[in-house]
Amino acid sequence: MISYGHHRYPGRLFVVEGTDGSGKSTQLALLYQWLKAEGYPVFFSEWNSSPLVKDTTRRAKRRRLFTPTTFSLLHATDFADRTERNIIPPLKAGAIVLADRYIYTAFARDVARGCDRAWVREVYKFAVKPTVAFFFRAPLDVAIDRIASSRPSLKYYEAGMDMDWSGDEEESFKMFQGKILDEYDHMVGEFSLTQIDATQSIRVQQRQMREIVGRYLKEKLKEKVVLTK
Amino acid sequence: MKEMKFYGTALPGLEIEPYSGKLIVIEGTDGVGRSTHVALLRTWLESGGHGVLDTGMTRSVLAGRGIKNAREGHTLGRLTMQLYYATDFADRLENQMLPALRAGFVVLTDRYIYSAIARAVVRGADPEWVRGIYGMALVPDAVFYLRVRSTEELAGRVLASGRGFDYWESGMDLGLGNDYYDSFIAYQKQLLREFDRMSGEYGFRVVDASRPVRRVAAELRRGVARIIEGDTVDEPGKESAKVGSPEKVKPASGPVLKEIAKEESSEKAKSA
Repeated sequence: MISYGHHRYPGRLFVVEGTDGSGKSTQLALLYQWLKAEGYPVFFSEWNSSPLVKDTTRRAKRRRLFTPTTFSLLHATDFADRTERNIIPPLKAGAIVLADRYIYTAFARDVARGCDRAWVREVYKFAVKPTVAFFFRAPLDVAIDRIASSRPSLKYYEAGMDMDWSGDEEESFKMFQGKILDEYDHMVGEFSLTQIDATQSIRVQQRQMREIVGRYLKEKLKEKVVLTK
Repeated sequence: MKEMKFYGTALPGLEIEPYSGKLIVIEGTDGVGRSTHVALLRTWLESGGHGVLDTGMTRSVLAGRGIKNAREGHTLGRLTMQLYYATDFADRLENQMLPALRAGFVVLTDRYIYSAIARAVVRGADPEWVRGIYGMALVPDAVFYLRVRSTEELAGRVLASGRGFDYWESGMDLGLGNDYYDSFIAYQKQLLREFDRMSGEYGFRVVDASRPVRRVAAELRRGVARIIEGDTVDEPGKESAKVGSPEKVKPASGPVLKEIAKEESSEKAKSA
């Protein structure tokens, strides 16, 4: 098995990370539009997208079957399917793959739930190392405000209610997000994440992102494959 | 009572406390008769007054159905399959095996992490990676490895069972042979090699499964009796502490061993 960091594919892999409400998905969507307009073959990959695992995850969430370990492993299963189907093949074909959330989401979330740091990293050793991993950092109160205004209610696992930190949903969510943010901060150095200040305006952030992504693009990527929709 | 010991890092949030049950693993390649022997052991243990939980791969509430559906469609990638099995294992460990062990049950498991490791390694996974994932596994009280002498014999058993060859048991996803038979032989040979390699590492008790079922069953019973009795011999004073658990009336003790010995000698006399 080829492990993290040892893949050599002609394509490029750009990933966005950050807490809920950091604005990372908006930024990735804008990057996607730009790359497409520039004529690059772009492929989009989302967290939790594997049809093989979807039913199991949905049922487990509804019936609250997860423990921190099984939550971690089932998401790793989903990620493996995504890697085998949606990440490695387009990279081999020379496409640009954009991933909304990557292994760092698992590292942050699972460790916040009490999983062992080294163990979670070992589980994901098969992942392809991204060309650039962006970390959109928003202070906790900003992220929480954004979430509160966009979603009427929090889901059980999303709020970390399975951990019994607090009986209050909002309180639990805040504690959970705080722990996740600590983990992200811890990973910036460990994995050389590219940090973007998510309190800046959307346009400014996008300009920074395009400038960095542009360094890794070559004209010949355009000729490599043609993705038709 | 025994301290919980794990191969690697213990499960998060787990209270590490001594347990009074026994974790007994029946391992071996496809077709060696594992499920037959688990069923025989279960009946025997229950008739001796032991609470028994039996479990096996893909029997978790969480992931069992998902794995079966994915297997049906033959759509599982290699990494995805290994991790799906690990999810199934973790769910059964946390929700079935550990609670039963704490309650003093004898847990009989049809396969454990070793089958998962063998399958993954044969499919090109990094052996260290798979072992790392299964670091959460509890070190069992005993692993009985049912071993047959040749893969041709396994093929014969699969046919005799009336089930015929299965896509995954034949390793058809690996492209090792042109048909199910050739592929089965080549795949099971590789698995056998992995099992043999693990035998020393994990302290397997090798049971020659090429013998008649009765003989194999007798050997397993003798082995299991020794594991269960080990407790009472080591800690005779603790006997009174067990009164509280109604499932465990009295462990199959001395007389059971004698009974087996009697059975075996009469069998020998018959075959002589």
